[in-house]
Amino acid sequence: MRHLSYIAGWMVKALAVVLAITILNFFLIRMAPGDPAIVLAGEAGAADEQFLEQVRSDFGLDRPLPIQLAAYVGNVLTLDLGQSYRAQRPVVDMLFERLPATLLLTGSAYLFALLLGPLLGALAATRPRTIFDSLLMVVALFFYATPIFWVGLLLILVFSVQLGWLPPFGMQSMIPVSGAWNQTLDVLRHLILPALTLGLFYIAVYVRLTRASMLETSSLDYVKTARAKGLPEWRVATAHVLRTALLPIITFAGLQAGHLVGGAVVVETVFAWPGIGRLAFDALFQRDYNLLLGVFLLSALMVVFFNMITDILVRLADPRIGSA
Amino acid sequence: MRDFFQRFCENRGALVGLVVLTVIILVAITAPLLSPVDPWRSLGRPLQPPGGEFALGTDMLGRDVLAGILHGARISLWIGILSAVVAALIGVTMGAIAGFFGGWVDDVLVRITEFFQTIPSFIFAILLVAILTPGLTSIVVAIAVVTWPPIARLARAEFMTLRSREFVEAAVLSGVSRPRIILREVLPNAVSPLIVMGSLTVATAILTESALSFLGLGDPNRISWGYMIGAARTVFRHAWWLSVFPGLAIVLTVLAINLVGEGLNDALNPHLKGRRVGVQ
Repeated sequence: MRHLSYIAGWMVKALAVVLAITILNFFLIRMAPGDPAIVLAGEAGAADEQFLEQVRSDFGLDRPLPIQLAAYVGNVLTLDLGQSYRAQRPVVDMLFERLPATLLLTGSAYLFALLLGPLLGALAATRPRTIFDSLLMVVALFFYATPIFWVGLLLILVFSVQLGWLPPFGMQSMIPVSGAWNQTLDVLRHLILPALTLGLFYIAVYVRLTRASMLETSSLDYVKTARAKGLPEWRVATAHVLRTALLPIITFAGLQAGHLVGGAVVVETVFAWPGIGRLAFDALFQRDYNLLLGVFLLSALMVVFFNMITDILVRLADPRIGSA
Repeated sequence: MRDFFQRFCENRGALVGLVVLTVIILVAITAPLLSPVDPWRSLGRPLQPPGGEFALGTDMLGRDVLAGILHGARISLWIGILSAVVAALIGVTMGAIAGFFGGWVDDVLVRITEFFQTIPSFIFAILLVAILTPGLTSIVVAIAVVTWPPIARLARAEFMTLRSREFVEAAVLSGVSRPRIILREVLPNAVSPLIVMGSLTVATAILTESALSFLGLGDPNRISWGYMIGAARTVFRHAWWLSVFPGLAIVLTVLAINLVGEGLNDALNPHLKGRRVGVQ
């Protein structure tokens, strides 16, 4: 029962986000200068009056505003996001085709950052003011100030152009490889650089957060008690300090999920990764606004999904909440 | 005031940041004098490597990379500061009203803030700029609209604590009007953490602007660092200098602002020394 009501809670939240984004999308289109039909048709039918008429009736633009809004919300809730005017295909189909690639990329970057960031931060916090600590903090400060597309380009320059170790773009090799195992390896080789690019910024953030959070926690009374009990220092650091210090970091990671999905647009563009971020870039260039609005909606749903995972992680990590 | 400078100077990183930032601001102001030619004009053979006739080389249209970087400083800083100011205006207004009045007003405003924090802000910014057509105004509006929520949260927390302090109660009892209390009594006491947050917001805004213009959504009339890297994307494998130098300019600027922001944090909020007001 508890699990059911928990899942139901998240469904309600997802629905609320969909509703809010849909209304936002609706008003965004009308905020644009000029005729909304021309905006929605994008480059596809700029001058063709008959085509514009069709767009108007598709979106009910000839009817009063509240009815338009109701119709639009109704369409979205029945998974009808309209047509991409460029590709002449349903937007929903195009989004679902690209979703797995983006989930793979953002998911790997998220896990990668969440594992490595706190680990490095903890190592620094247990050795404050050593060379390791100072060096790590300088590197973290650097990546915290670096635009991710630039990191991506530099990684390509070093690891693909100079060293030739890893492929610079795409998700699979041009020449298809045979066998499931080889195909997985091929995708993984293509995944390393984009996931690293997307993850580095967050690693930098989590390193800094973990270090600060652990240094703060380690002066609390219960930690002194643990030391006084004679526990070895590494037990104190992992079981007592890190576990408490991790909570704000995981919570923060959840808050940052929106940035992660947004960062995917840039990273997928740099690495020609065939996900929804790349789709957003193409839609942008072809002025295919209907597709772009679809990307916005789907990416907001991805954020809700990441928030849910974060919430589950917090429940697992926090001894006070207990396992739900 | 003496204390402020002393504490700021104790943070060596902040001092370095301040020096670097001052140089960048001077470059931005004097760019038309340092490099009088139009950065869009092609001056020589395309794709010349750095160190020759042009110190930082030329791009695929024979434009001087150094001139682009000098002029690009103007737009990066200008957009960064402008969007941070607009974001601060939105954030402080929302946070102040929510924190000061509480109750259902607070509930509604907190929900709105949370919503704006959940949505993928960068994609939202792309949509806004694309639909409003790229230009200085649309970029500033888009960046401000996606960066105000953390400021609102901070302002709300500050206003909530200050709201219950004696001097505010005294002002309420003596019949001073609400807007006046908010502006004259509470705001001055909440200003120092907000200044720190504001300075860090400038850094985020510069990063967002660079990503927008990298994707081709910059102001088409002004050269910017993100645009330079984005425009050279097709040739960057053969001409590393086209992406490396403008990128370094972005990193240096953002790094300097972050360092200054941390120094300000130490100096203005000594009780928080070492802790950050907000990581965004």
